[in-house]
Amino acid sequence: MLRFLLRRLAVALLVALTVLTLSFLLTRLSGDLAISIAGPNATQEDVDIIRRAYGLNRPLTQQYLDWLVRAVQGDFGDSFFFKDRVAKLIASRLPITMTLGLVGLAIALVVSLPLGIIAAVRENSWVDRSVMMVALIGQAMPSFWLGLILMVVLGLNLGWLPISGTGGWEYYVMPGIVLAFSAIPSLMRLTRSGMIEALSSDYIRTARAKGLSRLSILVKHGFRNAAIPVVSIAAVQLGFMLGGSIVIESVFAMHGVGYLAWESIGKNDFPVVQAVVLVLALLYIALTLLADMLNAVLDPRLRSA
Amino acid sequence: MSALLEVQGLRVTFGGTAAVRGASLTVNKGETHCLVGESGCGKSVTSLAIMALLAKGGRREADVLSFAGQDIRGLNERQMSRLRGDRMAMIFQEPMTSLNPAYTVGSQMTEVLRRHRGASRVQAVDRAAELLGRVGITAPGLRLGQFPHQLSGGLRQRVMIAMALMCDPELLIADEPTTALDVTVQAQILRLLAGIQKDLGLGILLITHDLGVVARIADRVSVMYAGEVVESAPTAALFADPQHPYTRGLLACVPVPGKVKRGDPLGSIPGVVPRIPPGFRGCAFRDRCAYAHAECAGTIPRRGAGAGHEVLCTLPPGYASRVAA
Ligand SMILES: Nc1ncnc2c1ncn2[C@@H]1O[C@H](COP(=O)(O)OP(=O)(O)OP(=O)(O)O)[C@@H](O)[C@H]1O
Ligand SMILES: [Mg+2]
Repeated sequence: MLRFLLRRLAVALLVALTVLTLSFLLTRLSGDLAISIAGPNATQEDVDIIRRAYGLNRPLTQQYLDWLVRAVQGDFGDSFFFKDRVAKLIASRLPITMTLGLVGLAIALVVSLPLGIIAAVRENSWVDRSVMMVALIGQAMPSFWLGLILMVVLGLNLGWLPISGTGGWEYYVMPGIVLAFSAIPSLMRLTRSGMIEALSSDYIRTARAKGLSRLSILVKHGFRNAAIPVVSIAAVQLGFMLGGSIVIESVFAMHGVGYLAWESIGKNDFPVVQAVVLVLALLYIALTLLADMLNAVLDPRLRSA
Repeated sequence: MSALLEVQGLRVTFGGTAAVRGASLTVNKGETHCLVGESGCGKSVTSLAIMALLAKGGRREADVLSFAGQDIRGLNERQMSRLRGDRMAMIFQEPMTSLNPAYTVGSQMTEVLRRHRGASRVQAVDRAAELLGRVGITAPGLRLGQFPHQLSGGLRQRVMIAMALMCDPELLIADEPTTALDVTVQAQILRLLAGIQKDLGLGILLITHDLGVVARIADRVSVMYAGEVVESAPTAALFADPQHPYTRGLLACVPVPGKVKRGDPLGSIPGVVPRIPPGFRGCAFRDRCAYAHAECAGTIPRRGAGAGHEVLCTLPPGYASRVAA
């Protein structure tokens, strides 16, 4: 168990370091930073001042180490546009994005797990076929389009939910549904195939031979084993949702990090953009690690590996 | 003696293929009934059909299928689940995969007793430890906390046996329960079952390839061939006076009881178990039978050959000696 987790932790740290390095290299190698910071109307003198002020005249390795040490401490410098610490900006926006992602994942799980299980139990019945059809449609639907439809129906016509903005729980419902929609097909399909495999296994036959209740057979013995791959995909999907927040938050005008990135791209505010990308990537890595740990809890064979 | 399990005319089909074709057998209270026959003749399917645990696509029909006097043909899954694990238990042929990899041995054993008897955790754990000890597992406390992948095949098989006994069932169906076990452990398990049988009147339907085991513990033997029970008799009568040519072939393969291992070819019967097309008439053994004649293609009569001894064959008693003479 410990060896498994330590190995996963080491891999995660390595990936994180790679992400940090790449993110540094991308900003330094995509042209002269000082010129882009200074803007189109700057003189050569301005550019030189900026170059010195930001330490861009130092050797690249030194810049890198300096940047790395600060990034590890959560110091991403100042925003050009917001006139504030980048770390502070992100810290204030991140809870909104995280909440949105978790709401999206929760909705996705609540819908896809039962449907996937039912589809597996009724394999090849009309229930199964309609569920899979819905999954197919869901996968084909662009999320911004679904977002607009929800806004029109739930927001404008029915008036049940606020159309956009940031606030109480009701602001998270519609974007949460949109995010969930993109995750539901794969989660549902995986639950279904995992359950079909589990239900045809010998240990399920044993569970039936023991006279256990239907619920215990399906959930305790069946789903417990089918859940192992689902956990991994759920983590990946949550990562996608956080990454996809840039679209959803713009559509629904929610002031999370996605919206922050959207604004910053328009303003050429590269420290913010860089930090947002970095934070989302690190979150993604953390999620995968979390999924590995959950899997180790669910699958005893992994634990002793 | 009263019939604990009565099966008559059991038929099982998977799609177009008939796996069991009108098998009949009776297990009495306190009796060990052995079911023998070549690989693929339908022993496992018969046992699964009795428990209503056939794989998807398996269809079961029977003229009579009763347990403890109750017709169980029409029972739904819920009603069957009250019997299974409690009054009728089963040990499967596949010990490696029959335990759930996600739960400890203890968790899987105790849930049976808790489900059927509403036992407390402590009671159930005590009972599980006791049974693990009785199937010859040392350090039961340690094993209860382990997961299936930490156990060898032999240990898993013994766990399955112990688990089947948790609720003191009336009927135990055991599909080759001792195949993964060495001879001493096998003897211990068989003694354990015999002991429980004496104390509680347990009826056992034991599927085995090992005619040595049959000779030692069976009260009655049924010989299966291509989905039919072709001969059934009290053990002594079957060994002393086998009637069906197939039974004779089977016994001829095993001159010394206990020397046959699983996987050994059954030697002297030429040919293999044929695939039986639907609507097949006559004796399925006739292509391999040295005594086959014209009548073997017609309807085969069930004929008595002594007390409790029945055979599905057209040949008259004593045919073998006459041919040999
Ligand atoms: N799930 C299934 N689907 C289709 N056919 C099956 C299925 N299970 C068993 N059969 C067929 O039924 C026949 C009898 O199989 P069964 O497992 O009962 O044999 P057996 O007597 O137990 O053999 P063994 O001694 O090898 O265990 C075989 O021909 C097999 O191919
Ligand atoms: Mg078998």
